[in-house]
Amino acid sequence: MNYKLSVNGTDHTVESTWEGESLLYVLRERLGLPGAKGACEQGECGSCSVLLDGDLVCSCLVLAAAAEGRDVRTVEAVAGPEGLSDVQQAFLDAGAVQCGFCTPGLIVAVHDLLERHPQPDDLTMREELAGNLCRCTGYGRIMEAVRMAADRRAASA
Amino acid sequence: MSTVTGRRDRRGVGTGAARPDGIPKVTGEFAYSSDLWEAGMLWGATLRSPHPSARIISIDTTAAVAMPGVRAVLTADDVPGRPTYGLEVPDQPVFASDVVRYVGEPIAAVAADHYDIARRAAAAIVVTYDVLDPLLDPEASLTAEPLHPDGNVFRHMVIRHGDPDAVGDPAAGDIVVEGTYEVGMQDQAPLGTESGLAKPTADGGVELRIGTQWLHVDRDQIAASLDLDPDLVQVELAGVGGAFGAREDVSLQIHLCLLAKRTGRPVKMIYGREESFLGHVHRHPARMWFRHTAKADGTLVKVEAKLLFDGGAYCSSSPAVLANATCFAGGPYKIPNAVVEGSAVRTNNPPCGAMRGFGSVQVCFGHEGQMDKLAAALGMDPVELRLKNALAPGDRLITGQRLDGAAPVAALIEAVAASPLPGEVDGPMGLPGGPGRTTQAGDVRRGVALAVGFKNLMFSEGYDDSAAAKIRLFDGVATVSTACAEVGQGFVTLVHQIVHEVLGDDIEVVLNTASTTDVGSAGSTSASRQTWMSGGAVKLAADDIKAQVDLDPDRAEYLADVVHQHTPTTPLDENGQGEPHVSFTFACHRAVVDVDPELGVLRLVDLVTSQEVGKILNPVQLLGQLEGGAAQGAGLALMEEIVLEGGHIKNPSFTDYLIPTSFDLPELRVAAIIEEPEPHLGAPFGAKGVGEAPTISSGAAVIAAIRAATGLELPRVPVRPSDIALSPDRTP
Amino acid sequence: MPVLVPETLEEACAALAARPGATLLAGGTDLMVGINAGRTRPDDVVMVGRLAELRGWVRDGDHVVLGAGVTYTECMAEPLASLSPVLAQAARSVGSPQIRNAGTLGGNLGTASPAGDGVTALVALGGTVRVRSTEGERDLDLATFVTGPRRTERRPDELIVSVRVPVADGPQEFLKLGTRNAMVIAVASVALVVEPGAVRLAMGSVGPGPVRATEAEAFAASVVDWTTGTAAAGAADEFGALAAAASRPIDDHRSSAAYRRRAIEILAKRAFLRSFSS
Repeated sequence: MNYKLSVNGTDHTVESTWEGESLLYVLRERLGLPGAKGACEQGECGSCSVLLDGDLVCSCLVLAAAAEGRDVRTVEAVAGPEGLSDVQQAFLDAGAVQCGFCTPGLIVAVHDLLERHPQPDDLTMREELAGNLCRCTGYGRIMEAVRMAADRRAASA
Repeated sequence: MSTVTGRRDRRGVGTGAARPDGIPKVTGEFAYSSDLWEAGMLWGATLRSPHPSARIISIDTTAAVAMPGVRAVLTADDVPGRPTYGLEVPDQPVFASDVVRYVGEPIAAVAADHYDIARRAAAAIVVTYDVLDPLLDPEASLTAEPLHPDGNVFRHMVIRHGDPDAVGDPAAGDIVVEGTYEVGMQDQAPLGTESGLAKPTADGGVELRIGTQWLHVDRDQIAASLDLDPDLVQVELAGVGGAFGAREDVSLQIHLCLLAKRTGRPVKMIYGREESFLGHVHRHPARMWFRHTAKADGTLVKVEAKLLFDGGAYCSSSPAVLANATCFAGGPYKIPNAVVEGSAVRTNNPPCGAMRGFGSVQVCFGHEGQMDKLAAALGMDPVELRLKNALAPGDRLITGQRLDGAAPVAALIEAVAASPLPGEVDGPMGLPGGPGRTTQAGDVRRGVALAVGFKNLMFSEGYDDSAAAKIRLFDGVATVSTACAEVGQGFVTLVHQIVHEVLGDDIEVVLNTASTTDVGSAGSTSASRQTWMSGGAVKLAADDIKAQVDLDPDRAEYLADVVHQHTPTTPLDENGQGEPHVSFTFACHRAVVDVDPELGVLRLVDLVTSQEVGKILNPVQLLGQLEGGAAQGAGLALMEEIVLEGGHIKNPSFTDYLIPTSFDLPELRVAAIIEEPEPHLGAPFGAKGVGEAPTISSGAAVIAAIRAATGLELPRVPVRPSDIALSPDRTP
Repeated sequence: MPVLVPETLEEACAALAARPGATLLAGGTDLMVGINAGRTRPDDVVMVGRLAELRGWVRDGDHVVLGAGVTYTECMAEPLASLSPVLAQAARSVGSPQIRNAGTLGGNLGTASPAGDGVTALVALGGTVRVRSTEGERDLDLATFVTGPRRTERRPDELIVSVRVPVADGPQEFLKLGTRNAMVIAVASVALVVEPGAVRLAMGSVGPGPVRATEAEAFAASVVDWTTGTAAAGAADEFGALAAAASRPIDDHRSSAAYRRRAIEILAKRAFLRSFSS
């Protein structure tokens, strides 16, 4: 079965040998976009977060063949031609990256969070990012990165 | 709120230098072992035992072999070399052939064109079992029929220190408290599951790219089972999605290499989360009995303990874990007399081995529970009791070893105890239950408690492993080779900082991918050892280069090739006495927990820490270790447990094996970071490993705070809501 | 495993009629877990989550009609959240933003997991479920729609179109207990919906499906002073005890039956106190 996927503004034709493949698998193994990570296969860890028609979702829970016609945005599209996004830069500056396996999902999720809550308080950040598990950092530097990105946006607004 | 960035105008040690792998990690370009891809590659899958104990009557691979797209099906018959592997003892079959000893034990591996074909083929292998009654109780294991030719006891050891027959004097007011403590099985749960890619090489060997903690020992185990010269096995580090001990043992390494050799094609394998729970070792569950004797003024007279660690079906690093547990069973206190007996035994439960804190985590729940009990019995403040007995430089441990380095235990305790307490939580979302809306402010009781812990740095008991490093300086570029596995901790940053510190900020530093091919072993990325060992090796190499440059500044090229060996240690004698450790690391935590006793739900409101760190090489990364380590310790106290039933893991998923989310943790506050440069030669700039200490006392502080809030004994971790809500001792 | 992505409700019904064994896919938060693990291997999949006819909600007098494709995120947003607080509260307790953006009311109802948070709230709300096939539409009672664990009154050739629930006319409370403070499956939950003179209590994770505590409901209706909306001290305890008595929990790896029963007692008591405190 062949189907079309629109990823980061580019249309791809996917030649799939098995229709049970998740969007996560297709992105990683068929389209050469391994930024989204698989760590739980059941929507519990957020490592595979992408935007689907602008909504933050777990790509492991999206049946790729059923995502035809929808707009998929991955972490690979976050950095622009001018360089890293403000959230990416904040993750580096705050020391929010250790093993980094959760990082791509968090980068996508934090961009989504700051769109909805430009100045999130601590509990809001922690509740909104609860679906992105991190095992290395204890979340301290990640929260610091969110604050840093939010403050820099506010300062430059 | 803590903003730690460190200065970045310099590039040497002590600065908040940025991770060299940071940019690819935030853009998604960093290649983890699961991201590897080769044209024409196959997918591997593993068939595992559904039984904790069974004899294998037959294995029929006919249907699997016949499936379209299947390229190889391997069983024990296809292992050309040593049929077993293991970190300390090669007691674990590459594939089970006669018996299976735990649920999840590998029996066969498949390579196929697609992962779904591979897993369906694995499922199509027909294994006939004669199912046996599993041995699941570690106590029963001590006297049961051996489950394995090596026997059931991985190690039994006794430490007798001072006067083993010392007893308290009740007439003088001496106090004795006893306690029994139990720790459940924790999983490392690194976000990246086991994965790798192997391909055959033209010289008849095999090349493996893998997420691991110890490249050379992987190589040696692969070579032994494939019956290859180790030089024909090239192991290269791929991006590692966390480790925490889970990657110290072999998981899929040998299977992948066998499949690649058999098919002649690249083979990739990625464990799903469920398979990851089955495919790596866990933290040992422990049953621990303690008896503490103290004088009426709180001075410790004697500590007695009996420790029983369930090692599961195979040895892994059980003997070393047990040694740590027994050596550190008393906690960081002056203990004149001690008798500590420890056993690690074989059962049909999942194998257990390394996890951050390595034996010290389990006993910390015991010794700190005892100190609180003792304080209550004495009518003494628990902080005062700890201060009274705190270890100090020059003191002897229960192994008889004298503390020759830093041991600012009292200062650590005092700093944490002096930290201000938080106020009430702000709004309902900060209460236990959060968005579940279970709890209102009036339903909550608060508990505050402190715990302190310690452990050794690096390997011990005469296992004095080395670390190699090479540097080539050419045209202003220092190219560094080390086989140290970067698993997320930030060693790669330290390499840059160390070289800059020695050779100057203007040098460009290039760090080669860690590999077995161009440098000797770095030893394991575990035991808080790589900052000291491989960091020390890099510093020695850089010092060597600098000396060469100073001697002859006009050469085009400078080469340094060093092997770094730490101060020798000794085995323990029959009384558990000796000089088994190189150095030590200490940390203290205070937890504030809000408990809703009617429901047994909890909220960790505040966590404060202090730690002794030698010398800060990178303040940002240090804080990351303090925060991440504390989270894993707190997780064990609050929620993390592999639930076993009949030897089966009942919760092998992130839906049911719960690790703390961002919402479950407060921001860690740091009351003190004490720098006392490590006096041993080789510790780079006096620095030492900092990653494990935070995991030791954080959980013990959390459970102590829960006890303080509820008045319940709570001898078992993790604390389950029902342990509180249904406790007959709970006061309404 | 052909995957069909119909563009209209009519096409979807026709697809289902042609393949009565087909598996419906909405948000994917349940089905994909099984497919990823290799445990679920559906013959045909019909994707209905994005059908325009199933999206959005409308107020219809003193009721709200919610399309089956309404997500948890949409349930949490105003003005819907004020029209149906219990649904908004339940929605916020579900998973993460990622899950709430994907998971739909129709999917939660159709999956009919005993631990479903949305379905527990819907059963407490009462009202009707509209299902549709090529043969037409049926309106079914929400209270009896779930017939067992993962079983409903929906026929294989039907799909869920919408639910119609009353607009809030009194206190509503959803309380969910898990062993973590976020991102957790309910160990036990209660949904309490109060209307003038009537109380409905549905309980999650303590039976084969959402369990109504009818004795507790009748007790509450009789004990509450409906002119003031308050109840005498002690009534909450009795309400909790009656709720616990109506629960049918089991032991599993997430919790024990005994603890679940206790949790229901406390949660129901607290929901009652919050609803009828003076």
